[in-house]
Amino acid sequence: MLKIIAAAVGAVFLAAGAAEAADLSGAGATFPAPVYAKWAETYKAQTGVGLNYQAIGSGGGIKQIKAKTVDFGASDKPLKLEDLNSAGLYQFPTVMGGVVPVMNLPGVRPGQIHLTGPLLAAIYLGEIKKWNAPQIAAVNKGVPLPNLPITVVHRSDGSGTSFLFTSYLSMKSSAWAAKVGASDSVEWPAGIGGKGNDGVAAFVKQTLGSIGYVEYAYAKQNHATYALVQNRAGQFPAPEAANFAAAAAGANWAKAPGNYLLLLDQPGPQAWPITGATFILVYKNQASAAAGEGVLKFFDWAYKNGDGAAASLDYVALPAAVKMLIRKQWASQITAGGKPVYVSR
Amino acid sequence: MTDISLNVRTAPRGGWFDPIFRFACLAAATTLLAALAGVVVSLAVGGWPALHRFGLQFFTTTTWNPVTEVYGAAGPIVGTLVTSALALAFALPIALGVSIFLVEFCPRVLAQPIAIAVELLAGIPSIVYGMWGLFVLAPFFALHVQVPLMMNLQEGSIWEKLLSGVPNGANIFTASLILAIMILPYMAAVFRELLLTVPPQVREAAYGIGCTPFEVVGSVSLPYVRTGAVGVVMLGLGRALGETMAVTFIIGNAHGLPKSLFDSGATLASTIANEFTEATGAMHTAALTALGLVLFVITFGVLAIARALLASQQTY
Amino acid sequence: MLFDRRTRRTAANMIFVATCSIATLIALAALGMIMASLLQQGLGGLNADIFTRSTPAPGSQGGLLNAIVGSLLMCALAMVIAVVVGLLAGTWLAEFGGDTPYGHVVRFLNDVLLSAPSILVGLFVYELIVRPLHGFSGFAGAVALALIAAPIVTRTTEDILRLQPNALREAGVALGAARWITIRTIIWRGAGAGLLTGGLLAFARISGETAPLLFTALNNQFFSLNMGKPIASLPVVIFQFALSAYDDWRRLAWAGALLIALAVLFVNIVGRIFAARGTVRP
Repeated sequence: MLKIIAAAVGAVFLAAGAAEAADLSGAGATFPAPVYAKWAETYKAQTGVGLNYQAIGSGGGIKQIKAKTVDFGASDKPLKLEDLNSAGLYQFPTVMGGVVPVMNLPGVRPGQIHLTGPLLAAIYLGEIKKWNAPQIAAVNKGVPLPNLPITVVHRSDGSGTSFLFTSYLSMKSSAWAAKVGASDSVEWPAGIGGKGNDGVAAFVKQTLGSIGYVEYAYAKQNHATYALVQNRAGQFPAPEAANFAAAAAGANWAKAPGNYLLLLDQPGPQAWPITGATFILVYKNQASAAAGEGVLKFFDWAYKNGDGAAASLDYVALPAAVKMLIRKQWASQITAGGKPVYVSR
Repeated sequence: MTDISLNVRTAPRGGWFDPIFRFACLAAATTLLAALAGVVVSLAVGGWPALHRFGLQFFTTTTWNPVTEVYGAAGPIVGTLVTSALALAFALPIALGVSIFLVEFCPRVLAQPIAIAVELLAGIPSIVYGMWGLFVLAPFFALHVQVPLMMNLQEGSIWEKLLSGVPNGANIFTASLILAIMILPYMAAVFRELLLTVPPQVREAAYGIGCTPFEVVGSVSLPYVRTGAVGVVMLGLGRALGETMAVTFIIGNAHGLPKSLFDSGATLASTIANEFTEATGAMHTAALTALGLVLFVITFGVLAIARALLASQQTY
Repeated sequence: MLFDRRTRRTAANMIFVATCSIATLIALAALGMIMASLLQQGLGGLNADIFTRSTPAPGSQGGLLNAIVGSLLMCALAMVIAVVVGLLAGTWLAEFGGDTPYGHVVRFLNDVLLSAPSILVGLFVYELIVRPLHGFSGFAGAVALALIAAPIVTRTTEDILRLQPNALREAGVALGAARWITIRTIIWRGAGAGLLTGGLLAFARISGETAPLLFTALNNQFFSLNMGKPIASLPVVIFQFALSAYDDWRRLAWAGALLIALAVLFVNIVGRIFAARGTVRP
């Protein structure tokens, strides 16, 4: 009996290696994981090349590409030019999305509550403790604000979403910038931590009077009560794909050093103030020309064919001009043995 | 006449393999040692920068600030100890009760199904416990335990201080409950195996002189398996100390010292799980690795105390 | 007459029986609640697709085939390593060197390794195998799982072997058998049921482990039998899908969770039938 089992197990292991295996591997941010998975699935059906992407967090993506255990890394938090140069990496954006404040307030409809950046910072600092506080009421005339204590919900794990959110708060509130700062993992002055976007969404759903921040897909899928946040133009846009695109429209990628660009508080009447892109990290000097070409070919395919899939999953595609810019950068910056690995046609 | 031949085999057949077998067993045991040494060394080397920088303050500070790069382990340490102790307190009596029930009182027909059912609890992945805890237990607890308590307890009383907290069910107490359910099946299963090794003659002798089942269990079975029982408790405690996934979802992940039983907290394991993959700063990674080292040391200490207790009772 | 010794003893016994019964009911109630949630959420997702198609992107049709196969491969390899190491180590502790100072050290440190948080084991294997070899792999995942299972097997093996009566060992020696033959044919066989329980406990433990696989085997969207590259596993897929915002992913996650629970139940039952055939229970 045991002998039969042993033989079967042995046969399976011998068959290993002869079976299908993903040709390329990447790891990093959780935010774009669904759309990368969708792209990879369609790409494999069309070309037979498998691209295995795993979401282990933006920091994980940076760590793993630096350790060379994957072909590319992905991060919601872009690296600064100095860091890129010291590691020999190059980054480019793929899709964009928005971070949305969500709340649990009975009797309040989605989009009814207006908030501003400084107000959000004060709430997250723990300075405003009740929903019917005068500061909130001032921006929400006519809205029935309940007399509930505010329970702040943030992320317990390190995340690019937190990075975007805390960067925005730092921009809008010097008190926040001084006391807490901006990073994917900070010492939150108040509130409880949920694991992942879903953890935050779940806590907000269960706790009366709570407020949290999640990626747009989670707000939409959970039918959450979201707030409108005031943008630079003084308007209160709704968080939706069109307004994320509006935020990205004015962005000047050509001037961004190393493609480091946060789409926070962008000008434009409909621009959603807490928008960001997600980035791919690859080595400038590729160890394997085939792997480098494979990765860039995949993302070029995604630029050309992936917009529909991205939109269906509530992401915003890059403008065509930005894509052209990135393609030029690939041709000039990603090389193996002196020659560019991929030139887009 | 009997033939006293000198051609007598003095060694057992196949005995040449004995030293090899013995060595193989020793090698296996040493492999385990080497693996453990490897883990400890990698933790110590990785965590050293943080311990060197913060010194003893690392264990007393509750600050955990990745932006200013100041880290302190006090919050997670307290959270780990409290949740594990509570979990053990909940699980031990139930595990004992279940195993004794199965061995002594259970109708034969039901014994096997119930035993399988309890072992099934062990098979449920810790992820599921986390999901169940977050989506089922937490809301239930918030609505049916925390809210009524909040409304009925007097302000300022001891109970109110002990049981106050945000009513969303994500706190030390519920985390301990989940942990208790998780360690319960291991302890019950091995307790049962142990109780079944009590020689039937001994038990029958006790029944024979008129002992009630209570007295048989208390005076005969339990003492017989006492040393193994401590091992079982250690198994349970060890599992509770290191459990990551289930606790992470439901403990609320607040880095300070928990102010009450129903307050959010953090454990060493949950902090590492939450932050390690994202920690790019060298000091952040070192601080998390140092947390791992602290967890190891605590486990080590707990087991050392257990050993000392055992040694004072009887030689193993 | 009410409080004479006889009545007291009977009363104490009744309270004891009641307490143990209540404890059992509590344990069964906990199981019932969790299984109810599992069934309620997971049953709807169980269909033939689960076993024939690989994990999908959100919005596409798919199943859990690659995750199931990956988990089976890694757990099988891990159990092979763990049982070999654990059985031999436990035998050494019970039969040979268990009472020496070195034996005490080994036993103690085995318990420590047993309590090691699985996430730290995963990190260790990452530093040991993944980083130097520049790649995530199913082998690394299996090694991490083996490091978690081996101490369990060792501990339970030693406990069970020690409880075997010495008379059996003496009988073996008296018959002139070599030591290792005595151990193999008498002691191991006699302890068969207990050893199997230890193996099953270890298997149950590692089949649900997520954290160590995150840093060693990573995960794989596609079907693969290649243990030298990232490979999918049920717990990691469940982790990923359960925490997502997509209904079809969440349904797959609950279905996968139900699968693991049912598989463990199945393994338990099979193990018991196996064990019952081999030994006579007291």
